[in-house]
Amino acid sequence: MSIALAPSAISTAITRLADQIFLAADGNEIDLVGIRSRGDEVAERVFELMKEMGAKVRLGVLDISLYRDDYEHLSSNPTLQSSQIDFPVDGSHVVLVDDVIFTGRTIRAALDALFDYGRPAKIDLAVLIDRGHREIPIEPRFIGETLRTDRMDRVDVSLQKTDGKESVEIITQ
Amino acid sequence: MARKDFLDIVSLDRAEIIHLLDQAVPFKDLFTRSVKKVPALKGKTVLMLFYEPSTRTLSSFEVAAKRLSADVTIFDVPHSSVTKGESVRDTIDTLQAMRADYIVVRHRLSGQPAAIARQTNASVINAGDGAHAHPTQALLDAFTLREVYPEMAGRKVVIMGDILHSRVARSTSTILKKLGVEVAFCGPGSLVPKTRFRRFTNYDDAMKWGPDAIYLLRVQKERQEAPFYPSDREYHSVFGITEERLKRISDEGIYVMHPGPINRGVELCDGVLDYERCLISQQVENGIAARMAVLFGLKPKIS
Repeated sequence: MSIALAPSAISTAITRLADQIFLAADGNEIDLVGIRSRGDEVAERVFELMKEMGAKVRLGVLDISLYRDDYEHLSSNPTLQSSQIDFPVDGSHVVLVDDVIFTGRTIRAALDALFDYGRPAKIDLAVLIDRGHREIPIEPRFIGETLRTDRMDRVDVSLQKTDGKESVEIITQ
Repeated sequence: MARKDFLDIVSLDRAEIIHLLDQAVPFKDLFTRSVKKVPALKGKTVLMLFYEPSTRTLSSFEVAAKRLSADVTIFDVPHSSVTKGESVRDTIDTLQAMRADYIVVRHRLSGQPAAIARQTNASVINAGDGAHAHPTQALLDAFTLREVYPEMAGRKVVIMGDILHSRVARSTSTILKKLGVEVAFCGPGSLVPKTRFRRFTNYDDAMKWGPDAIYLLRVQKERQEAPFYPSDREYHSVFGITEERLKRISDEGIYVMHPGPINRGVELCDGVLDYERCLISQQVENGIAARMAVLFGLKPKIS
């Protein structure tokens, strides 16, 4: 096990995301949609920073448990939580936010879920950490930090509000 | 490890019940979206095996399964080979060959869904068996009550009608008890068994107890060989919510529930349906969410 990012590096990465999205928005409205769990916390922190910058931004949360493609391999189905997108996504510019991108399958599921809420004009992807090893052609536009990992490694992200501590660890199998 | 079958309330512990009630909430949230369907059970087959007529429960399960993207087949028993003498066991073998993942069973005999569950790898859900159990009804009732009373413990519910022959009374009282709700039964003396629950044989006595909700059971004309009351009007005046009684219910802010379908002028007067604390239509909507949570929570033993 090794600490890949310390708390200060996590804050820097989140600020980097907020800056990039703010510049890309170019004064237009942005809807940040965080993917449970931890993507929601990253989104919330990006949201707070962007508001301070004076951006027009809204915040939503997406639970993708019902859209996963791996139920067959689980001994019990995941615990659901409510999604909360209180604004119409039709015609909006959505930025999906997640903590880690790995194979890309979570994002595929999130896109499916998002389309069931409406038809956004544009969807971008922001991730706190890109650890590589994609299995499908999905790439983030905004990246907080890139980590070099082995396919079999586990990347554990802990965030203050969800886990009571801040760290990113790479656990070698 | 998830359960394979959902057969009764008695075998669930409080934590499992709370989990199911919590899980039903995000499903209900889906109903306000323009797309109410999710792909969770895509490619799975849900078979409806109803040996007893039912429109509401069958439709509710059908909508629930379809909103989870499952394929639904209704095995129309009254017109099938069962009427030609095929045994339940042989029917199940046939169904097993169809590779259903979930089988929803209603049967007039208590214990039949459990017997089927032992014979198949599919997940079996009891949609009502004899006077034994109707666990998804109980779950939706608890969910509905929890929406108005998030802390359910200590609330009082009186279940009114033919308690003895009612699987709804049995399952719903059991789930409410497990959630800390105080339950009382009220009905004609011969139809209210002596149980661990408080017992009333008179409407006014039940009201004096101070219930937070009245749960009216449907008068099941088709199940009674010898009716226990002389006429609908008689039942209405003795155990029904009349216009006069509705006024007091309204003054005291008591909620009214009913599993449906209602008999107007028997269990309740028309005015009840316009009463703001009448939960009957919420029960129908919540039934779909509760059944989605049950379907999603089970694990068939399919390799």
